[in-house]
Parts: sequence; structure tokens; C-alpha cells
Amino acid sequence: MTEEIIIAGFGGQGVLSMGKILAYSGVMQDKEVTWFPSYGPEMRGGTANVTVIVSDDRISSPILNEYDTAIILNQQSMDKFEKTVKPGGVLLYDPNGITRHPSRKDINIYKVEGVEEAAKMGNVKIFNMIILGAYLKLKPIVKIENVKKGLEKSLPERHHKLIPLNIQAIEKGMEIVNKAS
Amino acid sequence: MGELKLMKGNEVIAEAAIRCGCDGYFGYPITPQSEVMETLMARKPWETTGMVVLQAESEVASINMVYGGASCGKKVMTTSSSPGISLMQEGITYIAGAELPCLIMNCVRGGPGLGTIQPAQSDYFQACKGGGHGDYHLIVLAPSSVQEMNDFVNLGFELAFKYRNPAMILSDGAIGQMMEKVELADYKPRWTDEEIEKISGDWATTGKKANRKQHIITSLELDSEIMEKLNHKLQAKYKKMEEEEVRYEEIQCDDAEYIFVAYGSSARICQKSIQIAREKGIKVGLLRPITLYPFPTKPIQKLAEKVKGMLSVEMSAGQMVEDVRLAVNGKIPVEHFGRLGGIIPSPIEVVEALEQKIIGGK
Repeated sequence: MTEEIIIAGFGGQGVLSMGKILAYSGVMQDKEVTWFPSYGPEMRGGTANVTVIVSDDRISSPILNEYDTAIILNQQSMDKFEKTVKPGGVLLYDPNGITRHPSRKDINIYKVEGVEEAAKMGNVKIFNMIILGAYLKLKPIVKIENVKKGLEKSLPERHHKLIPLNIQAIEKGMEIVNKAS
Repeated sequence: MGELKLMKGNEVIAEAAIRCGCDGYFGYPITPQSEVMETLMARKPWETTGMVVLQAESEVASINMVYGGASCGKKVMTTSSSPGISLMQEGITYIAGAELPCLIMNCVRGGPGLGTIQPAQSDYFQACKGGGHGDYHLIVLAPSSVQEMNDFVNLGFELAFKYRNPAMILSDGAIGQMMEKVELADYKPRWTDEEIEKISGDWATTGKKANRKQHIITSLELDSEIMEKLNHKLQAKYKKMEEEEVRYEEIQCDDAEYIFVAYGSSARICQKSIQIAREKGIKVGLLRPITLYPFPTKPIQKLAEKVKGMLSVEMSAGQMVEDVRLAVNGKIPVEHFGRLGGIIPSPIEVVEALEQKIIGGK
């Protein structure tokens, strides 16, 4: 099994940390993992993306032309990454702020109302965990108990009290993801 | 099995330094490697192992602090990125001239000048062919994963002390910024004064003992006859390194008709390119130099006997390709492919370059 994922959105949406939690969950499940961020003079409000690769085998390039899954969280990223999904692959997106919806017919497109749901749950910061939940529903590459361990490993101790809320958000994401028509 | 963690390449350099019993780190922040000192400052090793961590006033100061620490037989190191490493060149050639061990990590970014903060491999010449003045070499290790960033800290120090020569880890922004699973080494205690005396007692300035002459650390010798002898001694040392310390990895070379030669992050990209090329029926393999100096000349010569062409893939305008050509010595075509200024080539671009420059060009 090798799963190559791009997660792309605005800086400040938790794109990089969502990738890190997914990668750490992979480590906990005894997988090989690579987390490769776009780094640069980006800041809150700018674009941010990260490539995460989870595999049973040694991982080759962290730089990829195409992905098994693209998780897209803003319009700029949609414009840039819709075309990079492998035929038959998965595109997961939050329609919030999207003006041109994905149109490819050779990939599987799913929607998750992460921004809306996070607001309903009363904490915008758990947005990225709702998205992660939606992804894990579509591609259960790591077990939820290993995601819990991944959260413990990647969050500083002082934030550990928030882990139950994060898990709740992941479960919510799993519940509300649906196929775009 | 050691502790498993998910860490950035730069963070792991700091962690490995603490764990391998490093005595001192002297540095000055620069992107894309500032996480090294950040991690050290957060870990506060001076409270546990006694390792000194100091932010110097400049790169020039950092490397001269390393020079001082190394003179005393201590395990000392610095890290920087391309423009900072350029500033250090005077200190590095002095350390090489004075035959002192130390570890330097260059997390290469695009140049020339201040350039960019994105990854590049355009410091190959500087690392492998001198950089500073005079006839000297560094031992140059090229990690292509976060695990190797970890492993090469210890290996770099081992080789540096074995040869009394500065060692460099030639990384780049991609390897430094990427996180991977890494198995950390167990803690090794720092050397005691007695151990330093045993390991480096015949040259280190550890305080004059009654039973020996004073030790003098210098790279200056005004008598040219003696200076020539010192140079011959250095050259003999480099010859020994070339015979005994070459490290490399061959991937899918057994049935290969073409070979990529690539190190560091380019070697990772080439592994994907191999998959893509082989799906198209192109039999290509990878020779990945792990030591860039000493360079794996003989393994490349051997491969040149049986393959049709080689493509040196580097994020530079073509630097390592010169060493590949020297090794191949005209037997088969050798071409270069690379992107410049902080652009990382994609696996498909590399395959296309192979098709156009080597397969199409034969």
C-alpha cells in the first residue's frame, strides 16, 4: 500500500498540522511516512500545502506530479491541484469559498462542509480534524486508535486535554462527508 | 530498536548531536536550517549532557569557535545554509590545514548570492572541491532521508576524528524541511577528559603535560620545504579516504541499460523516475553517491562497462556531472539534467530528460 496525498489550502487553516497528525498516525501504525511542506515566505492568509506519503515500503520521491488523493480547501488550490489527481483517485474538498467546483469525470469527488460544521461545533480550530475525519472515512489507511496516538505524539502536552474534542471532530467528519453529484 | 519519532531533517541533526555526545554547537540562524539551533535551544542540552549551545554573532565567529573547540579535542559542530557557509570558508580551510576534526552541516539553498530559501544542490563544487583556498578536501556526506540526517551526525564525527579532518553533511532545503519516521540512536555520554587524552592526546591542546612537548595548533608554516611535506601528508590522507571510505547505494542497477547518478533529494526523485521509466519499458537504475568526497569513481567506472548512458541529476547547472564524466572517461554518453534557483525537478521531468538527452541522443 502506498498513498500519496496533497493537502492544500490557506495558511492558518491547519493544513500542515493535519498532515503531521496523519503522518504521525502512520508512524504509529508501523508505516513509512514522508511529510513535505511547501515552505517559504508564506504567512497566515497565504497558500500552504503539504505532501504526505504513507506506505508499507521505502518511500521514493517527496516531490510528485500526481496524487492518489487531493484534499483541497480553497479556490487557488483547486485551480492548481484538481488536475494532479490520478485518474480513479479521490478529490475531497470543502465547498466553503469555492466558486469553481471541480469538474473532472475520471476521479471520485467528495464534499465535506468543514468550515460550517466547525462553526456549529463552536470551535473553528477543529476544522482540520473534521477534514481529516472525512478523508479517513474515504481512505481508512490508519486506524482511529493510531490517530489518537498520533495526536498524543504531535500535540504538546498542554494541549492533550483537547484530544477528545479532536476525536469528536474526526468522527463528525466521517459522518458528514458525501459524494459530490 | 531505538526510539521512533516523526521529525524534520533539521530537527534530527540537533537531536543526533545531543545523543552522540557532542560537546558544542556554535551557529547563526539562516533559513532553511534555523530549526537546528531552535531545537537545541528548546532541548537545553547544557542542563543534561553538558553540551554547549551558543548563538554566535556571525557565521565567521561560529566557525572560529568550532576551530577553538576542535583544537581541544572536543566534538564540536556548526550548521548553516549556503551564504553562511560561504562566510565560513576561511575558517574551514584553516581547520583542514591544522588537521582538526569537526562537523559542518550545509542545508543548501539556491544561489548565487543571497539567492533564494528554496532547496538546491549548487554548492557541490564548494563542498567537494575546496571552497576555501589551498589543496584540501572535506569528507562530504550526502543524506537523502531524515534517517540518514540522523545517522550521518555520528558517522561524520567518527570519520572526522579518524582522519583529523572536517566532515560536512551536504543536505538541502528539502531534506531539512521534510519530516519522516526516524529511529533515534541511544545516548552516548560525552567524552571525559581522560577519554579525550586517549583519543586525541597526541595532538590536542589539553594542557601541557610534563612528559611531552607542547602541542601547537596552526595552519601556518613559513618554511616551504616543511609546508610541502605537510601538503604531502594531507594528500596521503585523502588518498586513504578515497581507497577506504567511499560509500554509495545502487538501486535497480542489475539489469539497467541506463543509469541516473544523483544524491540527496535528487536521488529520491530519481527513485520515482525509475518506477515511471520502467513502466514505459526503459530499464534505468540509480547510483546514489553517499560520500560525495571521496567520490564513488570506481563503481561508476564499473557501471559504464555495461550501460548505454548516464544522466547526472542535480539541482544545479551541472557540477557533479564533471566527476561522473571523469569516472566514465568518454566510454558512454554522460549528460546533466537539473533545475536551478530553488526549483525541484519533478519525477516526470527527469524521465523526459533521460529520453531526450540520453536515449534519443545516442
